[in-house]
Amino acid sequence: MNPRTILTSTFLATSLLTIPSLAAAAKINVYTTREPALIAPLLEAFTASTGTKVNTVFLKDGLAERVASEGESSPADILMAVDAGNLVDLVDKGLTQPIDSTVLNAAVPEQLRDAQGNWFGLSMRARVLYVAKDLDLASFNYEDLADPKWKGKVCIRSGQHPYNTALFADYIAHHGAEETETWLAGVKDNLARKAAGGDRDGAKDILGGICDIAIANSYYVGLMRSGKGGEDQAKWSEAIKVVLPTFKDGGTQVNISGAAVAKHSPNKAEAVKLLEYLVSDEAQKIYAEANYEYPVKPGAAADPIIASFGELKIDNKSLLEIVSLRKQASELVDKVGFDN
Amino acid sequence: MDQAMAISTAAVRSARHSGSGWLTVASVIAFVVVLPIGGLLLEAAKGSADLWGHLLSTTLPVALVDTIILLAGVGLVTAALGTTTAWLVTAYEFPGRRMLEWALLLPLAVPTYIIAYTYLDILHPIGSVQGAIRWLLGYDSPRQFRLPDTRSMIGCILLLGFVLYPYVYIPTRAMFLTQCGNLIDAARTLGISRRAVFWRVALPLARPAVAVGISLALMETLNDIGAAEFLGVRTLTVSVYTTWITRSDLPGAAQLALALLLIVVALVALERWARRKQHYATDARRSRGLTVQRVSRPKGMLLFLAGLMPVLLGFGAPAFYLTAEAWKRYQFAGLSSRIIDEAFNTIILAALATIATIVFGLVVAYATRVRPGAKSAMLLRVSSMGYAAPGTVIAIGVLIVLDGFDGFINRTATAWFGFSTGLIFIGSGIAVVYALTVRFLAISAGGIEAGLLRIPGSLDHAASSLGRSQTATFLHVHLPLSKAAISAAALLVFVDCVKELPATLLLRPLNIETFATHLYGEAARGTYEEASIAALAIVAISILPVILLSRVGRARSSIPR
Repeated sequence: MNPRTILTSTFLATSLLTIPSLAAAAKINVYTTREPALIAPLLEAFTASTGTKVNTVFLKDGLAERVASEGESSPADILMAVDAGNLVDLVDKGLTQPIDSTVLNAAVPEQLRDAQGNWFGLSMRARVLYVAKDLDLASFNYEDLADPKWKGKVCIRSGQHPYNTALFADYIAHHGAEETETWLAGVKDNLARKAAGGDRDGAKDILGGICDIAIANSYYVGLMRSGKGGEDQAKWSEAIKVVLPTFKDGGTQVNISGAAVAKHSPNKAEAVKLLEYLVSDEAQKIYAEANYEYPVKPGAAADPIIASFGELKIDNKSLLEIVSLRKQASELVDKVGFDN
Repeated sequence: MDQAMAISTAAVRSARHSGSGWLTVASVIAFVVVLPIGGLLLEAAKGSADLWGHLLSTTLPVALVDTIILLAGVGLVTAALGTTTAWLVTAYEFPGRRMLEWALLLPLAVPTYIIAYTYLDILHPIGSVQGAIRWLLGYDSPRQFRLPDTRSMIGCILLLGFVLYPYVYIPTRAMFLTQCGNLIDAARTLGISRRAVFWRVALPLARPAVAVGISLALMETLNDIGAAEFLGVRTLTVSVYTTWITRSDLPGAAQLALALLLIVVALVALERWARRKQHYATDARRSRGLTVQRVSRPKGMLLFLAGLMPVLLGFGAPAFYLTAEAWKRYQFAGLSSRIIDEAFNTIILAALATIATIVFGLVVAYATRVRPGAKSAMLLRVSSMGYAAPGTVIAIGVLIVLDGFDGFINRTATAWFGFSTGLIFIGSGIAVVYALTVRFLAISAGGIEAGLLRIPGSLDHAASSLGRSQTATFLHVHLPLSKAAISAAALLVFVDCVKELPATLLLRPLNIETFATHLYGEAARGTYEEASIAALAIVAISILPVILLSRVGRARSSIPR
């Protein structure tokens, strides 16, 4: 290849790559930290009923940085994120705008949305306990995780994972930082293996005999037990039963997935429509059935697998308080060397 | 005689003169590469109040020690595997040697995050390996008997070692093939045993190549987040990540990343200082590979098996596992139609980035040849800095820089022509290509520089004595002679781009998925089985370039005799 051919083809191929981002301006654009497979059914249903095409880009980390860098020209209409903390971060960085929608305000309970309407919770997940099937254990307090009788029996993912820092922040909200530190050190002492891997490894490792109890998210059980993840996972989920743990003076720790309208959204009207669709009965049903999450809308039913865990008693501490304690929780994780 | 001297001096002077053009372009490239790091400096300067005190009293000492242990371990494993296998296939003749020559490169096709997750599954108490062991020992439940957990430092060192050793194998083998022959033969004539030749002649001679290889392997190690996350090893890179993601402290993460970068620069400087007094000059015309030694059949079998072991562990087992899992998945859920788009995106992005990386690398490396000295050497090192920083960090730097460009172009267009251009760089493929180029320029510049070093300076003098301009000498002498080095660098960069995850993930345009980003999306929610097809595709796409890479190396020395 001579240099000119290389140059020409480089230019052509670069233009090819640039086209989608320019052509996308007329549609509705969703930036999401939620894995594409989880929201695809919802967005497809929205497109089917409204005809509006939805473009997505899945950004695991750096959603806020990218939107901030794009500034006023950003094509982003909707920012979707898992974990209340991420949504609050977006507001703090000035990347969202308040939305006053009677539909949204009616569908989403007050404690699951921003008071100014900057973000709305769309689905919920609970931090639950996976228990070895033959173990006689019907109820459980998060406080018990540090009980020495579980020494060498507890499995959990990295303490720095947002799912865990949210749980630990909730612990601080209930018991204060000092007690939480003692508790974390106790949990650390009880670990059967390094705090690593994912939530489903908890079930797998219970089957593998490594641990007896594991802390993990509720919806993974639905994915495993339904057989959607294949035979192997169905086997893991058969090795466990699920207990909804509570704080001694509270309930089960829940977190949300949610969304916000981007500050410089070029298609704001459409964006609000999509949000309103996501809290409709139809969409809430998809959240429950396709993703095994708890719907946020009062009265919407959870999937039977999830409902079989028993009634979910949501913890009494507010999401905002938990979010504000997140950094402190993360520092305590470092302090007790939870992940070492 | 005087006349000849005069011509030669004039030629050298004219070469110097025309070389300044190369130096200027190389400076521009180095500047473009260093911009994202400048962006990080800006971010870091925003300050992060209480971060360092907290980190110093908690995780940093542990992370530092763990990082050092990991680097030392991976360095040892890759050095041991890389040099012995390179020696094996160049010094001995045995059945299967030719196959091993290319097969030993195959682990390059397996990204660190994939090897970690496949082995976690293969070696899990409920996996087939432990199942077989229990069956042999007569246990029927993992609760009665199981092996120690794979999630450990030692597990991480071994797994990374088994996929990263080719970085040492490639340059070391090239060194054995082209440089050491006559000296080794001289040593043999003096009656030194084959084994002693390896330790006393070949290895010391190959030291620069081994050092380059190890430094590439260690940079890859520092860059890895996936394997460390799976295996529970807390490295400094993980700390950078935690600071940014969990504590929403980007300036703090940037400060940590820059500190990490300083450590790397110090390591590289130390290595260069350690061999400052060594010069490796061989007369190219007489340099040749060593004569291979034939061995007896049983010994040949042993050598073959020894050489096969790293291939099986670093490539065979994970590839077999992925194939089986992908097949299971295919029967369970069929083949997604997205796979064609993802293949297209993966290949186009990697190809564009490879072209940019090679062109830039060529200029920077060539500048060190036509204008040798501190300045061009510094430019080369500066251009290579991106390799040391984690991909996500580079990506953030790129965002900061392109943000500035986009804003400038947009403002100018609005002011002069009355319309907004929107975002030209961010969120278009250009941002990804830029980030990948910054990340992998070290591989291309380093590889091409090494290739150029093998061309004797006498050829430059001959060309300029014959009145050829510097550009003509480049096009007609150096370019053809370093074709092998350029192709090798291009293939290596291409494979790295296919495997690269964090920068591609953060900077890619709407609706664009590559195999790596698809794989990550699935892995992020723990649905590894759905990712097995994408994982297999990454490995499969990389196999062809990897095999081509071995052919490039086989073409012995391309220096005219």
